[in-house]
Amino acid sequence: MHKTRISVMFEELRARNKKAFIPYLMAGDPDAGTTLKQVFLLERCGADIIELGVPFSDPLADGPTIQKAAGRALKSGTTLRKVLSMVRDIRLQTEIPLILMTYYNPVFKYGEEAFIHDAIQAGVDGIIVPDLPPEEAGKLIRLSRQGSGGRRLDTIFLIAPTSTPMRIKKIAAASSGFVYYVSMTGITGTALRLDEEFRRHLGLVKQATDKPVAVGFGIASPDQARLVAQIADGVIVGSALVKVFNETPEKAENLIRGLKEAI
Amino acid sequence: MFQKELRHLQATYIGRPTPLYFAKRLTEKLGGAKIYLKREDLAHTGAHKINNALGQALLAGRMGKKRLIAETGAGQHGVATATGAALVGLECDIYMGTVDMQRQSLNVFRMKLLGATVKEVDIGSRTLKDAINEALRDWTTNVRTTHYVLGTAFGPHPFPMLVRDFQSIIGKEAAAQILKAEGRLPDYLIACVGGGSNAIGLFNEFLDTDIRMIGVEAGGKGIESGEHAARFAGGSPGILQGCKTYLLQDQAGNVLDTHSVSAGLDYASVGPEHSHLKESGRVEYTFATDDEALAAFETLSRTEGIIPALESAHALAEVIKRAPALPRDSIIIVNLSGRGDKDVQQVAKIKGINLCV
Repeated sequence: MHKTRISVMFEELRARNKKAFIPYLMAGDPDAGTTLKQVFLLERCGADIIELGVPFSDPLADGPTIQKAAGRALKSGTTLRKVLSMVRDIRLQTEIPLILMTYYNPVFKYGEEAFIHDAIQAGVDGIIVPDLPPEEAGKLIRLSRQGSGGRRLDTIFLIAPTSTPMRIKKIAAASSGFVYYVSMTGITGTALRLDEEFRRHLGLVKQATDKPVAVGFGIASPDQARLVAQIADGVIVGSALVKVFNETPEKAENLIRGLKEAI
Repeated sequence: MFQKELRHLQATYIGRPTPLYFAKRLTEKLGGAKIYLKREDLAHTGAHKINNALGQALLAGRMGKKRLIAETGAGQHGVATATGAALVGLECDIYMGTVDMQRQSLNVFRMKLLGATVKEVDIGSRTLKDAINEALRDWTTNVRTTHYVLGTAFGPHPFPMLVRDFQSIIGKEAAAQILKAEGRLPDYLIACVGGGSNAIGLFNEFLDTDIRMIGVEAGGKGIESGEHAARFAGGSPGILQGCKTYLLQDQAGNVLDTHSVSAGLDYASVGPEHSHLKESGRVEYTFATDDEALAAFETLSRTEGIIPALESAHALAEVIKRAPALPRDSIIIVNLSGRGDKDVQQVAKIKGINLCV
């Protein structure tokens, strides 16, 4: 079994004493062609891993920015199947690690076995399913680890600021590639508070696992990214990028380069 | 202690037990089975929703939470939660879709009178589903200080069980009351099913008997029209808002828009225990269309002097279809889950009557 591109990336970064810059995009916002261009721009500007959001009608973990992006993507007919086809197109040009963030119902409807198989064949490296707790994810985890054609998928689960030490261990054990630490109790795109409580709890998570820990939710500026990168192994930026790509795309490259430098 | 406090408030505040009323004129009109109405419309605030909302408000007080939030469709659960919050002394925010705020404006004002803030949900379908999404997002953010009073037997564990248990008093009372009135248990139980809390509240006590149970979904403009909320007739299993259950969805797993004249039934998913009861065959599920429900709304008003909620009118529509063919000594209990005062404006509008003259 090959290591996933995600694990290889974190090993390389660790060897260079660097942290991962992980931007998030809503696939198909507003169409597939735009998503491909954005992915290539992100790679050019130094993204280490790219997270592609799969649009869903009821994105419970997301704030208004990503909800609206999902609405635009759905309007242009974007489905999980079409996102996999975008991944195949991306793979013609780059080996950058790719993660899909999708709610569970599209995967359930697709069929877990078929989805894992097709995702690996398309070139996906990991999945985040924010509304699937590890207790309910046994089959998905097993299928992802078994993989297909010698390749496997990482399963990345979310730890919240309210997670207890016991639960942190459980979530970390279910995760592979890295562990996703949610910076706050809340939804994506909410204002971030990098206070003592945040540092303390993130410290607990890092003690509980030797897997890389990336932090997401609410990180919008290079200054915030710099502070988070001092204590985490990776920094995930979603809503801020989705917003700039939608509203002022000419400013996107500046923001991306700023974030990369800070991390 | 908790049970004692709850029982005391059920008796002195909600007004339980609610009556089991023999609908003599409706029975004669239909000419078949004897029809009994379980009068949840007479519970404080006008619907069964208070059974659950009060119970959860008391729990929240015990957990030391300062604030309640809830979603509401028809407004009855929002009113009930605002009431529970006032009783326990908690802050209260209610999420409601803007479509529902329009058609249930009376309840919006009631919630405000009770001291709650009504938060408009102006995204997605602007109905119950999106109100639940917003309430869950709020809860994720404020979980340390806030309790989410989910209004139906739906959502992540333990809500389906918690809500069922608070509502199961409906069936417990009905069993004792029908034994007293008729000396035996009924042959049929009929209830409307949106999320399904009034239905599971009535059915739960009788699941181990051989009584036939029928859940009635919102058929809207008919199944073939695509404009309905009949999850069993038109949906398939899916996962939404923390549970696996029947869902109206497209091929890619996105949730479809729904339609019903009744805001409380206008919802793309259904409580997971109902899906279980459907698949096991224990409960039969059917639907009533908007027109059938509106006709039943008028029939009960004129025949018995009781204006039912449009939600409950769906259950009555099934009674009207079924009772005439049944023997005269058979017994139906139908859950009259709420009163229709909240729907009067909307029914007038549908009939083209202007109330502001």
